[in-house]
Amino acid sequence: MSEKVLMKGNEAIAEAAISAGCLYFFGYPITPQTEVAEYMARRLPKVGGLCLQAESEVAAINMLMGASSAGTRAMTSSSSPGISLKSEGISYIAGCDLPCLIVNVQRGGPGLGGIQPSQQDYYQATRGVGHGDLRLIVLAPSSVQEMASLTAEAFDLADTYRMPAMLLADGALGQMMEPVDFSVFPKRELPEKTWATNGTKGKRKKNIVNSLFIEPDKLEQSILARYERYAKVEAEEVRFEEVMTEDADIVLVAFGITARIAKSAIAEARKAGVKAGLLRPITLWPFPKKRLNELADTAKAFLSVEMSMGQMVDDVRLAVNGKRPVSFFGRTGGMIPSVEEVTAEIMKIGESL
Amino acid sequence: MNEGLIRPCTVVVGHYGSGKTNFAVNLALSVKRRHPEAPARIADLDTVNPYFRTADAAELLRAGGVEPLLPEFANSNVDIPMVPSALRAAIRAPGFTAVDVGGDDGAVALGMFRSELTAAGAAVLFVVNRFRPLIATPEGARDCMEEIAEASGLKPTALVNNSNLGAETGAEDVLSSLEYARECSALCGLPLLCHCYMPAVLPDLPRVFREAGLDEGELFPMEQATRQLF
Repeated sequence: MSEKVLMKGNEAIAEAAISAGCLYFFGYPITPQTEVAEYMARRLPKVGGLCLQAESEVAAINMLMGASSAGTRAMTSSSSPGISLKSEGISYIAGCDLPCLIVNVQRGGPGLGGIQPSQQDYYQATRGVGHGDLRLIVLAPSSVQEMASLTAEAFDLADTYRMPAMLLADGALGQMMEPVDFSVFPKRELPEKTWATNGTKGKRKKNIVNSLFIEPDKLEQSILARYERYAKVEAEEVRFEEVMTEDADIVLVAFGITARIAKSAIAEARKAGVKAGLLRPITLWPFPKKRLNELADTAKAFLSVEMSMGQMVDDVRLAVNGKRPVSFFGRTGGMIPSVEEVTAEIMKIGESL
Repeated sequence: MNEGLIRPCTVVVGHYGSGKTNFAVNLALSVKRRHPEAPARIADLDTVNPYFRTADAAELLRAGGVEPLLPEFANSNVDIPMVPSALRAAIRAPGFTAVDVGGDDGAVALGMFRSELTAAGAAVLFVVNRFRPLIATPEGARDCMEEIAEASGLKPTALVNNSNLGAETGAEDVLSSLEYARECSALCGLPLLCHCYMPAVLPDLPRVFREAGLDEGELFPMEQATRQLF
């Protein structure tokens, strides 16, 4: 497609995945991400792919592990409670060094929670999804265009580093409609999947995909090798956007839909004479900690704005490392912060400087 | 706008995300403006989408003299997919009734009122937007229309061209959709009701139409009625 189309964020994820060569989707319905599966169910059969509604989230994530083991591009998507169910399988996928995409269109929790947007799964995505020493590459789109572009990017990153990637969106981004241009995605050189269990054809030794290592020294070796790749991701794949940070006294840190609110709020604060700026992490892991630490040399204070009770704020504090005060403002449970309340928070910090 | 295609009971169907709710709300408000003496109401029959719905426009509707008939527990903790109890009576009620239906085969909820709607001679308006990928071609639009007709048991009676790219819509986008609308109209066998636009986004569109020798009477101005999340 060379011209823009109008899409829901969830549809943009699905179309971008198909454009990126993902032919296998395994999912289970849950608001507010169901349109991903609906779109896949309509489109994948027409392009020679398969969309399978599994009997549960647990089944879907294990099907994804199988499809990825065979070397295919494959994905699953869900919303918060469904990701909790998938977390055992995600750990197995990480332990098997399998590339794939897991989409979380977050809703309010804990428990069954609600269906309105939230960012309460930041800890889960960046630290606590599944047991064991493991990381996911976590990408946080902030527009419907990025729902598409970061989906394509996530597949490439996963393949490059042979690890699962997560797109951490929210119900607002999933449901809202914006124009999308699918003609602008860069393509990466990708390594061949020599490890895939896709048939030896009698020409090579068989491949084994496995996360079980009974001997602790072997398990430790496999983890150390994995962490070497993680170190490379941290060195090379950090992505963020900065808005008016050069002269900012107060730097807001916000991702996803919240970053859009923060952008409006810093403009309002500047009108009122307070120099505010924004750092928007696009990768939540790896987190832009180096850049935040540098900004702490010029900025006087930091404010993390989230749709949660404060989760990313921990990473902001670790990055700033005590150089400057870091405060937090958030709404939770499906409530979206208003530009007015974020602006008021900036003004309050401005008065204290 | 070809007003002969509007009936006292007018149902709005279409592809998911084609702008049905926004159009239905604006249609009810415009009918009320033209016939202030007659009661007007809009019923929310969308049992599919809990994020964007008629209930979000309740204030705007009441301010414009249009009574919203909403599912009894809309936007509350016991919100479930249900049909407003007042809808059956509203189909034959005096004045004007707009019915906002769920996208695609969400029109299945319409099927339970098929005999009443047919007896009342209801209009069924099919909304299209050429910037929505699955209905971006006339063939895609026809497939969608047939799916809706199959699910609801009701055949659409007229076409609404709501081609737009949201706040990024340019006059050329609307102009480029006219041929698509004509082709959809021919392929679906439906007369064209109007081309929708938002004066807040495209204030000059009527002038552009005039200057291009087009009939500005085919334009239907709309305001933003559904919720903007951000």
